[in-house]
Amino acid sequence: MRSYVPATREERARMLASMGLTSMEELLRDIPEGVRLRHPLDLPGGLSEKEVLAALKGYADENVTDRPIFRGAGAYRHFIPAIIPALASLGEFLTAYTPYQFEMSQGMLQAIFEYQSLIARLTGMDASNASVYDGATAAAEAMLMCRDSTRRQKLLVSRGLLPDVLAVLRTYAPCAGMELVEVPLAEGLTDLAAVKANAEGAAGLIAASPNCYGLIEDIASLSDAVHACRGLMVAYAEPISLGLLKKPGGLGADIAVGDGQPLGIPLSWGGPYVGFMATKQRLLRSLPGRVVGETADADGNRAYVLTLQAREQHIRREKATSNICSNQSLCAVMAGIYMTAMGPRGLREVAESCLQKAHYAAERIAALPGMKLSYGAPFFMEFVVESDISSGTIDEALRGKGIVGGLSLDDRRVLYCVTEMNTRQEIDALVDALKEVCA
Amino acid sequence: MSRSVWPTCFEKSHPDRRGADIPALDVPVKENLLPAELLDDAPPALPEMSEREVMRHYTGLSRRNHGVDNGFYPLGSCTMKYNPRMNEVVSAWFGGLHPLADARDAQGALRLTYDLERALCEITGMDAVSLQPAAGAHGELTGLMLIRAYHARRGELAKRTKILVPDSAHGTNPASAAMAGFEVVEVPSGADGGVDLDALRAACGEDTAGLMLTNPNTLGLFETNILTIADIVHNAGGFVYYDGANLNAVMGIARPGDMGFDVVHLNLHKTFATPHGGGGPGSGPVGCKARLAEFLPAPVVVKREGGYALDADRPFSIGKVKSFYGNFGVCVRAYAYILSLGGEGLKEASEAAVLNANYIMHKLRGAYKVAADRPCMHEFVLSTENIPGLTANDVAKGLIDRGIHPPTIYFPLIVREAMMVEPTETEPPEVLDAFCDAMVELKALHEANPGALGEFPLTTPVGRPDQTLAARKPKVVG
Repeated sequence: MRSYVPATREERARMLASMGLTSMEELLRDIPEGVRLRHPLDLPGGLSEKEVLAALKGYADENVTDRPIFRGAGAYRHFIPAIIPALASLGEFLTAYTPYQFEMSQGMLQAIFEYQSLIARLTGMDASNASVYDGATAAAEAMLMCRDSTRRQKLLVSRGLLPDVLAVLRTYAPCAGMELVEVPLAEGLTDLAAVKANAEGAAGLIAASPNCYGLIEDIASLSDAVHACRGLMVAYAEPISLGLLKKPGGLGADIAVGDGQPLGIPLSWGGPYVGFMATKQRLLRSLPGRVVGETADADGNRAYVLTLQAREQHIRREKATSNICSNQSLCAVMAGIYMTAMGPRGLREVAESCLQKAHYAAERIAALPGMKLSYGAPFFMEFVVESDISSGTIDEALRGKGIVGGLSLDDRRVLYCVTEMNTRQEIDALVDALKEVCA
Repeated sequence: MSRSVWPTCFEKSHPDRRGADIPALDVPVKENLLPAELLDDAPPALPEMSEREVMRHYTGLSRRNHGVDNGFYPLGSCTMKYNPRMNEVVSAWFGGLHPLADARDAQGALRLTYDLERALCEITGMDAVSLQPAAGAHGELTGLMLIRAYHARRGELAKRTKILVPDSAHGTNPASAAMAGFEVVEVPSGADGGVDLDALRAACGEDTAGLMLTNPNTLGLFETNILTIADIVHNAGGFVYYDGANLNAVMGIARPGDMGFDVVHLNLHKTFATPHGGGGPGSGPVGCKARLAEFLPAPVVVKREGGYALDADRPFSIGKVKSFYGNFGVCVRAYAYILSLGGEGLKEASEAAVLNANYIMHKLRGAYKVAADRPCMHEFVLSTENIPGLTANDVAKGLIDRGIHPPTIYFPLIVREAMMVEPTETEPPEVLDAFCDAMVELKALHEANPGALGEFPLTTPVGRPDQTLAARKPKVVG
């Protein structure tokens, strides 16, 4: 058994004796007899480090992760430079907590301040918080911001949001006293006419670009439509695409949210990732969660602190903008390192690579007999292919060839994702395998 | 370290440098794949640094930070125990698994989820667990949503609108209750920080949805009346919610499920030794009794003939509270920790945590006021109230100069000049002694020269920052 208790039995006995006690039981006497656990926990006995490693290897080996993959849909495989895990595992970052003691936490505070700055620059916004749990909960927090800023109880949400983002919004909405109006898609894009028809009295609109089919939405027109009725525009953005595409801030969005996972964070079966939230200046004080600000000490040295805490639960309790306390700091730092290491040219290259390879794949797949792209709108790195062959049949056939295919959306449509990680050889093998299915 | 400014990444940027690359394009490049009006003229204004510069920049930042790896971190209610490195290694083995992988390709992750859920059920005495919530406060919200769903299903949500929260509770409790759509009713505490039974009886009624409670409470004391408290709430038709922030006191000693609690959340980043990461990622699994299980977030992992699977067909589920299945990588670390310690080891950890807390409290009770002068569980609260002119903040800043992270200060709100000390089980007696010596020394310094502590800390990169300036003229990006 591995124990992380350093005090020896003798030391423990000495500590008890220093208090005039002879047994641990005397310290536990406040626990009523009726609630004491009188049998050992029904768990296996403890293991040595070597044995735990072997046990966990057993679990890990039951997962299959070494095949070419063309699946995204909210979690994306991108290259992760080695410095990211190396720096994120430094004990000073890894084993610290929320930087409550500012003088002793300037490193983490500055790293978060830089993350906030990088996210603001990425999205074209004025301010960012220190992170929330993931993209879906960022959208849910944005819903609360829309409600509290407009005092309206109706929110438009595009069906082009990822299914999990919509699912989380549906879970949070009734608790928040919000009615969700789900805006349908037309030709795969958020139906602008439906937005206009429902915008009156709405707190805002949440729409994604690229959306759940990989299509690039007209955020500017959607913004105009909700602004005409004094609602807020929330753009759900994919961060790598912002290496190429116009930023939500420049397209009229009041709030930009999304998941930072593509920025150097491993897939890890869905988490931990990091939700980003950025806003225009006037909404700064409505942001939920931690925010790091710059100030100075008495000698004028630049210093960083957690600021605007009057919004937060430990001061405002039930009147806080949110209940969020722990967020995803280390993942935010990883995203910050990614953006810093890639720089503007690196990020544009990653985005360009995804764009080119996805279009190379899409063009070849669409040229196969019986297969075609479902939508004509411009797309970034994901696209939907429909065919007469069932999605399940396609998936099994690809599996037989050692390829993880796209995600089945329904019986006839498959959502493919191609990133800089997919080689031309892999893409050609995918197309060849699909060709066999079509034949 | 003396006073110094560390330039930001933007200040270190030089045009045309870069710190990472990707493979050259191996497909034919096509122009104009996207209409020009969709494209930005220039990429985002990120810094331009070489890999070596990025490495030194963040390494330099790390040197301006303090973690459990650096020294003692008795931050009350946060359980800053040692984070075994082995757990980092095993977690990385799951890094490449896509969340939408076919179940046949994710059997290891599914089985681990299933096994961890079972282990957490055993530790808490609950019947079912979901790993979906991402942190403690997220777990609170999820747990309250279960309570809400139960009352709604019985047609009682319209009248059961109130969640009772003791005034000694963590701030997340009332904030979570409000977010779940409940009205918060504050219940006063007795002098020992325990629930005032008469006040609870008066507050309970047909409008009660539930009570949120931390046990041991935020003074580090076990609620001796816990069974009576649970009865009062249950008799009113409400649920009793367990805030698992303080579970490190009672593993293998007492279980929330045996104390009358119906719903719990756990903080894997506290009790189960996963690293806090400077404020996350954490993980906040929620456990509940059988009558609430059908409301748990979907999908749930089920064991079927032929393997493990995700079951999304849960008609009464509250839905999803997070993308995919939670902070899985954190769960892997926690499971490795549970396997290492085993049932006996978990109990040993809790006992040692209680011993360490009592040891410090006993040594310091002469110097500082103890908020509740009786044996504590895994943490306790001191106050400077007995020392004229000395504030908890001054003591905290003095500890920083001695390489010790201060306790949680000014919490709980029911104690003036509070310092909440939680040493955890992973500190040896000589570290506890050094902390006690520092605390006594700081008091003596103050008494010899009132105001002397006002200039602390002296050894940090910055002195006490001007927080008013930060809030009045917020500068949150650079």
